[in-house]
Amino acid sequence: MLRDVTFGQYYPTNSPIHRLDSRAKLIFAVLYITVLFMTYSFAGYAACALFVVMLAVISKIPIKTLLKSVKTVMFLVIFVSVINILFYNGNNLLWGWWKIQIYADGLIFASKMALRLILLVLGPAILTFTTTPMELTDGIESLMSPLKVLKFPVHDVAIIMSIALRMIPALMEETDKIVMAQKARGADFDSGNVFRRAKALIPVLIPLFVGAFRRADELALALDARCYNATPNRTRYKILRFKWADFIATLVFLAFATVLLLDKYLIGMDNLIWGLFQ
Amino acid sequence: MQSVGNNIAVCYNKKMQIIELRNVSYEYPIDSENGIMALDNVSLSIEEGQFVVLCGANGSGKSTLAKLLNGLILPTKGSVFVYGANTVTQDDSDIYKIRSKVGMVFQNPDNQMIASIIEDDIAFGPENLGVPREEIIKRVEWALSVVGMSAMRKHTPFKLSGGQKQRIAIAAVLAMRPSVLVFDESTAMLDPKGRAEVMQVIHSLNKEQNITVIHITHHMEECIGADRVIVMKEGRLVFDDKPEVLFRQYDFAKDCKLELPVIAYITHLLGQRGIVMPEVQTEEEFAEALCRLL
Repeated sequence: MLRDVTFGQYYPTNSPIHRLDSRAKLIFAVLYITVLFMTYSFAGYAACALFVVMLAVISKIPIKTLLKSVKTVMFLVIFVSVINILFYNGNNLLWGWWKIQIYADGLIFASKMALRLILLVLGPAILTFTTTPMELTDGIESLMSPLKVLKFPVHDVAIIMSIALRMIPALMEETDKIVMAQKARGADFDSGNVFRRAKALIPVLIPLFVGAFRRADELALALDARCYNATPNRTRYKILRFKWADFIATLVFLAFATVLLLDKYLIGMDNLIWGLFQ
Repeated sequence: MQSVGNNIAVCYNKKMQIIELRNVSYEYPIDSENGIMALDNVSLSIEEGQFVVLCGANGSGKSTLAKLLNGLILPTKGSVFVYGANTVTQDDSDIYKIRSKVGMVFQNPDNQMIASIIEDDIAFGPENLGVPREEIIKRVEWALSVVGMSAMRKHTPFKLSGGQKQRIAIAAVLAMRPSVLVFDESTAMLDPKGRAEVMQVIHSLNKEQNITVIHITHHMEECIGADRVIVMKEGRLVFDDKPEVLFRQYDFAKDCKLELPVIAYITHLLGQRGIVMPEVQTEEEFAEALCRLL
């Protein structure tokens, strides 16, 4: 069950997108989220979806794998949609019973919300699928390096992130093992109500935490043994370079962002299409 | 005590002495007054190029001794010298010099990898030491080729076998160019195949790269081929000689909770019947000696 979590995992295909500078990809991801939050039209969401699918095709990530990353937020999407459909107050009442009133506006609002959430996960998913954790942390370190002037421990933060990302699969494996061990002793994780199930997880969580602390201890020794923090003038094995491909990618991305902003402030595709129908 | 220590140093000066422990004790603190004595007045010196196996029962102080060798922990009493430099240093940069000289490979390979791509993990040590980039590239290639994992450099370590992971961990320490490697039960979590793989790498490091090896283990077969075996019991050194000598002392080994290889057991049984076997290490030598007796 835990193996289905694909978010945050690297998918190696060595495509042009994989080879882009991780800093460029990080900035794109942040900008993508920004324009996504500024967009409030179906046309805009369609453009975003098209853009994400285009990226997936270029980076040779199967659409199925990409969609799996939405699975983790599906509960949230459904929850938010249902709440919005049931409790949105607006015009154009469609159906009402007792205190529940469903408005057409509510439906539109809920679907926009759901689309926004799904697109919000898909964009950064492309980033993590195409960038190794090490590149990612190197990129973040490089982007945060101006903070070094303020004595902010940029490198330590980068190492913490890198180790956290590296430990995810190891901890998942361990969780699987503990779950199996507890099942072998007769633990029941699959029946009863929500509270009972949550309670059943305690015998999994405690060994998991103890194990994580033990790991942390050993890792700290290993870091010391490998001279972590030996010199402030640390050198780098991999250097990040802004290449021509990154420049072209930036242009493509800016074009995409411009289309979204034009739609929002000048054209208003949704209204145009709506106008055609009327 | 000081003069005794100096005399020892003089005696050993002919052969280059890498590590020296002088009357070292280590106590794990429990509370402000009490502690557990893990090492009790241990003196020891290790020469360049030696292959030393360190064994003993659980809690005999093996791992504590290992961690003292590169200053991961500091002695409560006595001193540890690495290339003549005390691990209790005045300056922080000195301890890193010692740690880059005395590399350490731990038990669980998963808990000593920092990066998720093999070559990045191997580059981590030299990066920390501020080695120039061109040199790091050379060292990564070299370290991977020494452990026979060059083909895997761009992979993630997760899908590898235990033996392969441990070889990566060795390469990661090798990239710091240490002259001593301490293996703290590095074979304990491996299956027999992985253990054989790792032991082969360790022996080749000792012979071909002239790296001094201190190998801590439970598996007494791993003493075979070593120059010297040190046995610990309750925080003290109780044996320090060649493996074939230890193999002859069946009752003593049993007393130290060591499980000797099968040839030692047969030698012991033959000895009880008055048949004296010569001192041998490997099963082949043993078989030959046995044939000659018949």
